[in-house]
Amino acid sequence: MLAAAWLVARKDLAIEFRTRTAFLSALVFALLGVTIFYFAWDATAVAAADLAPGVLWVIFTFAGLLGLQRSFGSELADRAVDGLLGAPISREAIYLGKALANLVFVMGILVVTIPAVVLFYNLPLGAGIGALAGIAALAAVGLVAVGTLFSAMAVNTRMAELLLPMLSLPFFVPVVMAAAQSSARLMAGRPVAEAWPWLRILVAFDIVFVTACTLAFPFTLDE
Amino acid sequence: MQAEGLVRTFGGRRAVDGVSFTLHAGDCLALFGPNGAGKTTLLRMLAGLLAPGQGTVRVNGVPVKEGAAARAQVGLVSHASMLYGVLTARENVEFAARLYGLPDPSGAAMRALELMRVEDRADAAARTLSRGLQQRVSIARAMVHAPKLLLCDEPYTGLDDAGSAALTAALTERREGGAALLLVTHNLAEGLVLATQAAIMRRGRFVRHEARELLDVRVYQAQYRELAAAHD
Amino acid sequence: MTSGQLSVSPPPPPPIPSQRDPLVGVALLGIAAIYVRALAFTPIEARQGAAQKIMYIHATSAFIALYVAFVLMAIASALYLWLKDEKLDRVAESAAEVGLCFTTVVLVTGPIWGKTIWGAWWTWDARLTATLFLWFIILAYLLLRGAVEERGRRARYSAVLGILASFLVPFIHLSVYLFRTLHPMPILLKPSSPSLPNEMLVTFLLSFAAFTLLFIALLRLRYRIATLRDYVADREQERA
Repeated sequence: MLAAAWLVARKDLAIEFRTRTAFLSALVFALLGVTIFYFAWDATAVAAADLAPGVLWVIFTFAGLLGLQRSFGSELADRAVDGLLGAPISREAIYLGKALANLVFVMGILVVTIPAVVLFYNLPLGAGIGALAGIAALAAVGLVAVGTLFSAMAVNTRMAELLLPMLSLPFFVPVVMAAAQSSARLMAGRPVAEAWPWLRILVAFDIVFVTACTLAFPFTLDE
Repeated sequence: MQAEGLVRTFGGRRAVDGVSFTLHAGDCLALFGPNGAGKTTLLRMLAGLLAPGQGTVRVNGVPVKEGAAARAQVGLVSHASMLYGVLTARENVEFAARLYGLPDPSGAAMRALELMRVEDRADAAARTLSRGLQQRVSIARAMVHAPKLLLCDEPYTGLDDAGSAALTAALTERREGGAALLLVTHNLAEGLVLATQAAIMRRGRFVRHEARELLDVRVYQAQYRELAAAHD
Repeated sequence: MTSGQLSVSPPPPPPIPSQRDPLVGVALLGIAAIYVRALAFTPIEARQGAAQKIMYIHATSAFIALYVAFVLMAIASALYLWLKDEKLDRVAESAAEVGLCFTTVVLVTGPIWGKTIWGAWWTWDARLTATLFLWFIILAYLLLRGAVEERGRRARYSAVLGILASFLVPFIHLSVYLFRTLHPMPILLKPSSPSLPNEMLVTFLLSFAAFTLLFIALLRLRYRIATLRDYVADREQERA
């Protein structure tokens, strides 16, 4: 099953890199967002470094949504999804493959956005950044797990662009909260024990929802 | 391939209402019928894309719905091209080859494209190809894994003479190689060239079904025209 | 020539709700009675004054919204995916809509009470925040239903969302409560004291019973509407 998922993921990534428009748009959106947020705050009242984690997670959420929107579009265009469904691969493998591709997409955005935030918001470099990257990876998994499933559903409706955020954002709340709280603490140099409850929530969320969404995916197909 | 008592309902309406038949290796069933008769729904059930409300579909004894392995024996050509527009023809067919676990995906893909005489456009993005060429690539895609059961939903649409000839040659070769074919078509002449059996479907049921040798072509033509005209 | 008739004759029409379902009337009367008792016959709470009386609506609605409506929706969703019975989908749909009403009541009465007691319309109090998210979730559920036209697909999608939402709610509660314990609220006041004098307790329980009755009545009404709607849609499609 994993091999099939990897095949699907590779295909999705090949499609994405053939055109690159979605990725570049999401990237530009993220960078613009990061800069706009800087000017939206009174820099004398709040230190930029304190603001940074919050900005990062908000941008992360919305750029992630942009990436998720395109996830199933290519499958519907000429009913390419029928090609996947008729093949001897499990439905769960299709979901995992798509989610994997989305994960790579979101991580790609993070790879550029995190350094940008560090740069623009004058974050002190050090061990904190490593922790930040790790938390970002965990958060990305949760985001992508839920978002891929809902994107599969939303793509079949009339108001896909509106519906996907509406469905996904309530689910992103625990992820963003946990990521923001734990990263803020770790970057402020607080002991790990303080961030630990939040990290536990993040990991638990990932485990629960990757499993639940994988199992739920076959129900979103018209069979 | 064995279909038994297939029923499929959408909302309150029975799209397929009790269809049963068997196809053996080398059989070719030409299925005619007016639009809305349920032919596409039937094909999707046979391909494992749609679950029957009632009844079963088996390929070599294995039910097609649960068994991923059974689906490996089936190839589908449908109305839509099932291609990824951004990828090239070669990439599309290669992807299918990999999905079906073929040992030499790029080789198999090239051979399939050659079979349908589109190998010279192999590296063109699928969306840049004309409808007829896309159809050829789509057919190549369906055949790349040498399926034992080929389901074709109006495959001749959009094909020019060269394409039609290539398709007929490919289908004949497959049939002689031991595959079973199900051909849905509005073109009586082309359908009957390959057929060993013929059937007419109307309102979810087979209203006629007989072996090729037994059928009277003129009767079929008249019936078919009458049915098509009378379809409300 | 086969005529293509359906081999099944249409099912009999479902019972049409008569002018007014008596249960709704009884429930509303019950609630009115509770309020008379609450206002006139129950002592005024020492610290909060008369404003505390709104808790009889607020707290009971909250409890019903979450533990009855939402749980019912989640269970109906899970059962639907297992049994594929349309009735379960209608139950889920009705529970969600009625649940949304109750949740809205909580979100409206909460700030009213809060303004009187705390002086602020909205504070990010843990319970209220969790209720707000519940409101968003149920709203998303109903919007999803609105966006999908085909009935089978709509039922499936909603059921998936319903089940996932039931996994989400514990996480929301966890996160929000964890958030709140680390951020002390502006004024610390417990909304309801742990041990209530008998009369208040009785009023609470009676209020709870009355609201549960109202919930069941509204649920039944909504369910019947859903059944009728589906029935009409089926007959129309047959004629087409």
